[in-house]
Amino acid sequence: MTDNLQLNAEGKLKHFLTIEGLSKSLLTEILDTAESFAGVSEHQVKKVPLLRGKTIVNLFFENSTRTRTTFELAATRLSADVINMNIATSATSKGESLLDTIRNLEAMFVDMFVVRHALSGAAHFIAQQTAPHISVINAGDGQHAHPTQAMLDMFTIRQIKPDFSNLRVAIIGDILHSRVARSEIQALNTLGAAEVRVIAPKTLLPAHVESLGVTVSHNLTEGLKDIDVVMMLRLQKERMTSALLPSESEYFKCFGLTEEKLKIAKPDAIVMHPGPINRGVEIDSKVADGPQSVILKQVSNGVAVRMAVMAMAMQKSGAA
Amino acid sequence: MMKIRIDHGRIIDPANDIDRIGSVYIEGGKIVSVTDEPAGFKPDTVIDAENQIVCPGFIDLSTRLRDMGHSRKATFRSEVIAAAAAGVTTLCLQPDTVPVSDTPAVVELIKELAEKAGYPQIYVIGGLTQKLEGAELSSMLSLKQAGCIAVGNANQPVKNLLILRRAMEYAASHDLLLMFRSNDFWLGNNGCAHEGAVATRYGLPSIPEAAETIALAQCLELAELTGCRVHFGQLSCKRSVIKIHQAKKYGLKVSADVAIHQLHLTENDMTPFDSAYHVLPPLRTEEDKQYLRQGLAGSTINSICSDHQPHDLDAKLGAFPETEPGMSSLETLLPLMLKLVAQHAITLEQGIACLSANPARVLRLNSGALTPGFSADVCIFDPELEWQVNAENWKSQGVNTPFWGQTLKGRVTHTLQAGKIIHRCL
Repeated sequence: MTDNLQLNAEGKLKHFLTIEGLSKSLLTEILDTAESFAGVSEHQVKKVPLLRGKTIVNLFFENSTRTRTTFELAATRLSADVINMNIATSATSKGESLLDTIRNLEAMFVDMFVVRHALSGAAHFIAQQTAPHISVINAGDGQHAHPTQAMLDMFTIRQIKPDFSNLRVAIIGDILHSRVARSEIQALNTLGAAEVRVIAPKTLLPAHVESLGVTVSHNLTEGLKDIDVVMMLRLQKERMTSALLPSESEYFKCFGLTEEKLKIAKPDAIVMHPGPINRGVEIDSKVADGPQSVILKQVSNGVAVRMAVMAMAMQKSGAA
Repeated sequence: MMKIRIDHGRIIDPANDIDRIGSVYIEGGKIVSVTDEPAGFKPDTVIDAENQIVCPGFIDLSTRLRDMGHSRKATFRSEVIAAAAAGVTTLCLQPDTVPVSDTPAVVELIKELAEKAGYPQIYVIGGLTQKLEGAELSSMLSLKQAGCIAVGNANQPVKNLLILRRAMEYAASHDLLLMFRSNDFWLGNNGCAHEGAVATRYGLPSIPEAAETIALAQCLELAELTGCRVHFGQLSCKRSVIKIHQAKKYGLKVSADVAIHQLHLTENDMTPFDSAYHVLPPLRTEEDKQYLRQGLAGSTINSICSDHQPHDLDAKLGAFPETEPGMSSLETLLPLMLKLVAQHAITLEQGIACLSANPARVLRLNSGALTPGFSADVCIFDPELEWQVNAENWKSQGVNTPFWGQTLKGRVTHTLQAGKIIHRCL
């Protein structure tokens, strides 16, 4: 099965494509490894020599500033050589197939691909097709998975609320189109969260969403009760033009997170957002910048978690 | 005139209610007798069919042979060899050829290519609308005169119901059968998988059953309004079976088929992102599969088609949503039908009828049976012979099948088309 594609013969991480199929102990290992890297960014020399001499290619078929930058920083801090390929404006627009692009880069003796692609399954496809010595990290594929984002969020949650088994987490917004939501749900369920609740109108929920292991609410005010972690999702502007929602203002009225609504959640609830945020659409500025927000912490943690995943996929343990 | 005798086989001919050991006598490309030896019959060729089943050659209601604009995927030559090896003696070609089969010239060209490939029994489903764009009617009478056996719009949508109504009225005026693939384009929303738990888990753009059932229900209403004969192709879900059942009970002259893979595979069989499972309509749920099987057993669905769609490797290499849909499925048709029998979903006689007598009735062809005077289209197969789906045994140029590498039971040993042996497996 493809899920095992991620693990080598010893059961260690080889590719990181999806949370699905990974054990609680492996996810915990990623978090622990990330913790060992968390200090590196604060050192005067922000580097460890773990991946010296390795070449990592950031293969971004879809634009992204934040994710690409944190992957680049992570690789640099592990002392790897990094090449950024922005394919959204490169070879494939000249008619080169995904596979041809991969073959050409393989021929340049790279060790790892960090892949972002607009289609679900792209990272799996590359992992299946690429040379056996190359590791593939999924930096987001279509509506399928964004496992490093999920792990950095788990890392951030664990820093503040170490016991997952007591946690009730609400994910709010466009679940249907969100690879982040799918990976968060799998990670939270694997780590044993008490409840994962999705809150959205029916137009933004996929069919049989309960089968992902979540409870469902269509009402933010009701849905936020007893919640420890509030995860907001970005709302793409296209959702209005494809008749999924009437308007930004109505969405904000129903599902936008304001200070007042946040009061319904537990008093010590934290607010998360994978970024980039739409202020005044899914979240009020006062909440995004408020005391319960951990949004910038998520960004900082992104580097350590990506360092952990890259190092583990290259069969290295954490920082000494 | 060439005389052939097929001896010792178990003859199963559902249309004539025959199931017995005996001989089949062929002369001049026609069946002359089953069991009773005609006076003075001296065969030039004798085929020993001991321990084998002798039945009418199969009639496939939905096939794509590529060629012309798509010859890198497959050619008539490669695919008619695959068809012959599958026991298929008559093929219906969907109109989405390149160029589209919407003019007599293209139909003539296809017939010529078929003759050249040594497999003349290829029937073209003519385009219902020009270029299959769903906007203007094709010259259906000319298409019929050129040999089109039916009309259809393949997987392409007809722009609105008024155009579909007029197309059906016009087809009915010329007594043309409409072969209809039920799919509401808008509800389909460019999906590539069944709208259910699996697509949700993998984040795949999905197609609800309603995309099929709504289009089907609309077409049923128009069938009543216009009096057009309609055959619904490649049903994929429970509610379609129920709707066809009700329509038949109500008295509408409609029929339906199912692609063989829909009777065996569900969304759960999809190895994550394996493009071999990318088909349209998509693989649906276990419940849908069971209803399709029951529909077949109860004759709501009267035919099984291969829905053969060979592809080149590139078409299937990529992220799942960008790969091209379809399976190369002629050669797995018989073993998968026999598997239905082994699983007691249908009887062997029903299975053979669904591949011969019933599609012949849909198309109003004088074939699909071993009736004296009919074209000698015969399939002889060994129901017990096991074979592996691999490069050595496979004839189609498209290797896009999820059954690749598997060992299947049941193999065609001889295929006769109009009395000519077009396949012999030693």
